[in-house]
Amino acid sequence: MTRGPVLILGAGSTIARHIGLELAQKGHVVVLAGRDTEDLAASASDVTIRTGRACLVQFFDATLEGAGRLAMEATERETGPLEGVVMAVGYLGSQEEAEHDPDEAAKVMESNYTAPARALLDVATVLESRGGGWICALSSVAGDRGRHSNYLYGSAKAGLTTFLQGLRARLVHSGVAVITVKPGPVDTSMTFGMGKLPLLAQPEEVASRIVEAIQRRRDVVYVPAPWRWVMAVFRLVPERLFKRLKL
Amino acid sequence: MSPIEPARAKTAEVERFSGWGNHPVVPAKLQRPERRKGLRPVGASSLARGQGRSYGDAALNSLGTLVLTERLDRLLGFDPKTGDLTAEAGATLEDLIEALLPLGWFLPVTPGTRFCSLGGCLAADVHGKNHHVAGSFSAHVRSFELVRADGGTAWVTPQEDPGLFWATAGGMGLTGMVSTLTLRMKKVETSWMSVTHSPARSLDELFDLLDDPVHDAEYSVAWIDGMASGSSLGRGVLMSGEHAAPDQVPSGRAALDWSPERTKSLPFSLPSWALHPLAVRLGNSVYHWAQGRRGRFVCPIEPFFYPLDSIQHWNRMYGKRGFLQYQFVAPPETARATVRTVVQSLADGGYGSFLGVLKKFGPQGEGLLSFPMPGLTLALDVPMRHGIEAVLDRMDAVVADAGGRVYLAKDARLARAAFERMYPRLEEFRQVREACDPSSRLGSDLARRLGLA
Ligand SMILES: Cc1cc2nc3c(=O)[nH]c(=O)nc-3n(C[C@H](O)[C@H](O)[C@H](O)COP(=O)(O)OP(=O)(O)OC[C@H]3O[C@@H](n4cnc5c(N)ncnc54)[C@H](O)[C@@H]3O)c2cc1C
Ligand SMILES: NC(=O)c1ccc[n+]([C@@H]2O[C@H](COP(=O)([O-])OP(=O)(O)OC[C@H]3O[C@@H](n4cnc5c(N)ncnc54)[C@H](OP(=O)(O)O)[C@@H]3O)[C@@H](O)[C@H]2O)c1
Repeated sequence: MTRGPVLILGAGSTIARHIGLELAQKGHVVVLAGRDTEDLAASASDVTIRTGRACLVQFFDATLEGAGRLAMEATERETGPLEGVVMAVGYLGSQEEAEHDPDEAAKVMESNYTAPARALLDVATVLESRGGGWICALSSVAGDRGRHSNYLYGSAKAGLTTFLQGLRARLVHSGVAVITVKPGPVDTSMTFGMGKLPLLAQPEEVASRIVEAIQRRRDVVYVPAPWRWVMAVFRLVPERLFKRLKL
Repeated sequence: MSPIEPARAKTAEVERFSGWGNHPVVPAKLQRPERRKGLRPVGASSLARGQGRSYGDAALNSLGTLVLTERLDRLLGFDPKTGDLTAEAGATLEDLIEALLPLGWFLPVTPGTRFCSLGGCLAADVHGKNHHVAGSFSAHVRSFELVRADGGTAWVTPQEDPGLFWATAGGMGLTGMVSTLTLRMKKVETSWMSVTHSPARSLDELFDLLDDPVHDAEYSVAWIDGMASGSSLGRGVLMSGEHAAPDQVPSGRAALDWSPERTKSLPFSLPSWALHPLAVRLGNSVYHWAQGRRGRFVCPIEPFFYPLDSIQHWNRMYGKRGFLQYQFVAPPETARATVRTVVQSLADGGYGSFLGVLKKFGPQGEGLLSFPMPGLTLALDVPMRHGIEAVLDRMDAVVADAGGRVYLAKDARLARAAFERMYPRLEEFRQVREACDPSSRLGSDLARRLGLA
């Protein structure tokens, strides 16, 4: 398999940082893109020292007009045509706060759905025209069913999941793979302080699973894997009962 | 929120938290920044915590917050001309070995576990089996960045700010939070060790081996059977080693390679009978026989430096009550008598341990609260059992009278008065601390116990 350059959007994410490390270890040139470029520069040095491979940094704010296109163009000027793009942008926020603060609600919806989807439309167009490559995006198990405690985040991730499903059907004809990743709770700043969470996974192991899914061009993966079955059961609970569960 | 502002720091509350010895157990409030900007003092009292490999209450702060550095583990720069490695303070020794040993660079000083953070190694000014030739960890630290009690940062070198540098080295986190540091790595030709094991049937034999220049290897440490009594009291094995030359590398193996054994884990605390003195004694005898017989051999870096690291959570072996580690050093004049008294007293009291380590230290470094000084250091694991505290209080007096001191990174119980007799540069340390943290925003359970905060 060729080891082309990979662009990681939202690379400040701890999961994404480990995806970058893992991809670099496998021989890819990795470009870390996000808003906190100073911090990304530190992650890039880390990747280079640990793997001996070049790692670049690119500014990227998903909420800005044309962000996906601009980041991709700037990156390819340095690296040549990209093999794949990882989208890790996301924001959990506070459900409670968002219920009373429309700006917070909008930010959750934008950060998890509209902004990443817009950027990926740009990416898709480029890869489609070249007839190859892959897109891997981090959605969430939270998008599989709406729950009282995080339905704003969950609904935005559901939007992203459905978007990716459609995008996959569009791109299959041009040989571009779309990989949807649905992590369960991962031990990052998103979940820190929430107490004991079921099946809490470490970012390194999640990153490994994701890179595996990319290499195998999977369509949809749950990580850790048991979440597939947990969510299957979850979806079967009748709404009449589900709405009363404190979840 | 400006995008580069750190996200609101979340705090996790944990009911039961402890150091490596699982004693004491206290409630804790934890923060865990994922980026360096988030490493800073919070609330009325806070403390940086690395990998929690200190045994007692050095990395506990039950009246405040612990800021965990475990996610600040990035390697920031390496200069192959000098061997200078700059990394975030939460990076572990394992991170450094994994990245640099294959390139021919090893740690200039390493404690007996590679699962410690760089920040923790500086704060405890750790020593290794090469202390007699290399000094302690801080001697190889070129500079570090410190987040001070007031939240400001300082770039500290021994040349420009010796006061703050040498108060932080060995200062147990009480001068600030180290965010990055530069360590000068050591060039090695191979990742193999050429090792010699020399058995000793008694404490006197062991002392003689330690003093014999024939055994002056770059690395040396003696394992001592803390359970043996009578004429075999203090029997042990001197283990000395050098980095192997390329022609000593076993055939068919790479000269530079890092492939540690997959770690096994002790999944739960062992029942207390497992520590029955008889069981321990049996284990020790077998180990003694096996190690003494091995003579000379070549082995990888890992089993030589980190024999315990292959079993994760080995500390659970001591059960829920946990254990103490008693480590002291005594100066050359009084060293033999002091070691003998301590080993004898613990064995007589039935508090003997399997893990006894005896080592000869070299010259003292400059850290104001650094532990190492010329003489012999002995470290013994002692399971928490009724009466142990009183025995150790008596040992503290013996050690202080002998002009020695107890190691804070291992300590959970030393009394303030005894501590003050052991660390002659304490006043200097207090002055630096007064200047850099006047309102005592940095604190730990250990610091309060010893009157440091
Ligand atoms: C199996 C084993 C073998 C050992 N062998 C040795 C040995 O041979 N020689 C030796 O000297 N020690 C030895 N130790 C002790 C160990 O090396 C020290 O306790 C070391 O400090 C542990 O590092 P840590 O990251 O776990 O620190 P922690 O236990 O998390 O913290 C220790 C101290 O460092 C401070 N600290 C941690 N990070 C920072 C930071 N970023 N900024 C400021 N302060 C900070 C904490 O506040 C605390 O006071 C051993 C321990 C074990 C478990
Ligand atoms: N942790 C979990 O339990 C979990 C579970 C399921 C799914 N996920 C998903 O996994 C992904 C990674 O999450 P994580 O846990 O690693 O959390 P994280 O560290 O908070 O990562 C989220 C990243 O998204 C970036 N981001 C947010 N808005 C952005 C924008 N407008 N433009 C550019 N970047 C933006 C953030 O950038 P800044 O660095 O600039 O803030 C941050 O780096 C997210 O999509 C998350 O929803 C996480």
